[in-house]
Amino acid sequence: MLPSDFIGRIFFILDIYGISLLRGAGITIVIALISTFLGCVIGLIVGIIQTIPTYAGQNPVKRFFLGVVKFILNAYIEIFRGTPMMVQAMFIYYGLAKVFGIFMDMWSAAIFIVSINTGAYMAETVRGGILSIDPGQTEGAKSIGMTHYQTMLYIILPQAIRNIMPQIGNNLIINIKDTCVLSVISIVELFYVARGIAGTYYTYFEAFTIAMVIYFILTFICSRILRWIERKMDGPDNYDLATSDTLMHTSGMYTHPKVYGKKLGEEERRD
Amino acid sequence: MRDVILEVQHLSKSFGKNSVLRDIDFTVRLGDVTSIIGASGSGKSTLLRCINLLEEPTSGKILFHGQNIADHGSDASSYRAKVGMVFQSFNLFNNMTVLQNCMIGITKVLKHPKSEAKERAMHYLEKVGMAPYINAKPRQLSGGQKQRVAIARALAMEPEMLLFDEPTSALDPQMVGEVLAVMRTLAQEGLTMIVVTHEMAFAKEVSTNVVFMSNGVICESGEPSAIFDTPSDPKTQEFLFRFRNN
Ligand SMILES: Nc1ncnc2c1ncn2[C@@H]1O[C@H](COP(=O)(O)OP(=O)(O)OP(=O)(O)O)[C@@H](O)[C@H]1O
Ligand SMILES: [Mg+2]
Repeated sequence: MLPSDFIGRIFFILDIYGISLLRGAGITIVIALISTFLGCVIGLIVGIIQTIPTYAGQNPVKRFFLGVVKFILNAYIEIFRGTPMMVQAMFIYYGLAKVFGIFMDMWSAAIFIVSINTGAYMAETVRGGILSIDPGQTEGAKSIGMTHYQTMLYIILPQAIRNIMPQIGNNLIINIKDTCVLSVISIVELFYVARGIAGTYYTYFEAFTIAMVIYFILTFICSRILRWIERKMDGPDNYDLATSDTLMHTSGMYTHPKVYGKKLGEEERRD
Repeated sequence: MRDVILEVQHLSKSFGKNSVLRDIDFTVRLGDVTSIIGASGSGKSTLLRCINLLEEPTSGKILFHGQNIADHGSDASSYRAKVGMVFQSFNLFNNMTVLQNCMIGITKVLKHPKSEAKERAMHYLEKVGMAPYINAKPRQLSGGQKQRVAIARALAMEPEMLLFDEPTSALDPQMVGEVLAVMRTLAQEGLTMIVVTHEMAFAKEVSTNVVFMSNGVICESGEPSAIFDTPSDPKTQEFLFRFRNN
């Protein structure tokens, strides 16, 4: 039967429910990863659309259409940020089915709810990330003839995404923890499993100790991996001076239409 | 007479009620080096930004090879690809290396193949003495080095005309020389340039025309010797006098 000491009870639970707990943790992390990814995609798209400039002399139909789209997206952000995810889960999974006959299976509903919430938060983060990039970057891009689309794709977004990486990490960690509200639509994630164990044996302290530890391990590993990705994105701290070989290879072959003779800034180069 | 490249006619610009440029007229011919001088706030940068369509002129025309590019219908991007700009704050792309900075316009805007873009970029980086730094990111360079890369980036597009907005104002004195040396050579090689500058010695020595601006209008323009040695407008005289005594 149930051991009398704390450590004993922990091992007892792990022995019987180890597999269920692992499966619950797996479901938690899978839902969190997929939803964070989809949420970031939604957030990127919405954030990018919201920063499309409108200017005088633009095609009025296009301008009107853009205005309507931006209004709808704003409403989406406000509604999903402004209501609790648990209530949304009940509303979407049970409410929509009952009133409109829209049936979603449990898994689609779960991923849909978490993604759409993450998307609402990420949209604002992406918008802020785009706006925080020095306008000089846009001007530099425009000055060599890039279109708005090219400027976004090659110059602004790579920098904005790098800057919002900590926020993406934040959202992933929040999602790992917040999947526990999905237990209200019967998703058997980690919290659901732990609550079941606690109820069966009256071992609240032990079951939730294990749940706490697993949640922490999941979030800690994720935050470390994200840090590592950030460092990779930053590239090396130092640069190598190019050797004369690579220079000769290119400069010797290129023939330029204009007559550009001597090297410029030669006398000043003393690095 | 050399071909007219750019003709600015009755150009005005206001920000809201604040009128910054009024009835600006001037002409740039092939190979001209036009220096724009004037007190802080006189509208020099705004004029340059209007010419590159970074600001939308309120009224007036900007004729590039006879075609009005200040018109809403005109394609700003393809025009800008032909008119380069060098900024006071460099504006190098922070997410790219020196080489990528100089290649991206050639591959994405001019749509030339990568190999050609690399050769061209290397050619101009070599010209400004920055070829050894192709793998560096902008944040790893000094101000003078950044500005030389920015000039190479603009040159790599092989523009018909290059605009400079106080290219040396953000630099330490010892780095000003290296950038001015690059610009001097470009001028000697016949590149058409419009240079907003506070470097009077450079303006006097290198330019073919000098434009003096005050409070949003062109007060006086002409050959450098005329403006610097025998200015006729009292505002020009006062500006140059104050400048010499600083
Ligand atoms: N975006 C803007 N909105 C409102 N006013 C502006 C804007 N940009 C410039 N101005 C105003 O226009 C005037 C001219 O500015 P501009 O930057 O063209 O001067 P400048 O001659 O380049 O000066 P400096 O030598 O200091 O660079 C200034 O009074 C400035 O306050
Ligand atoms: Mg200025």
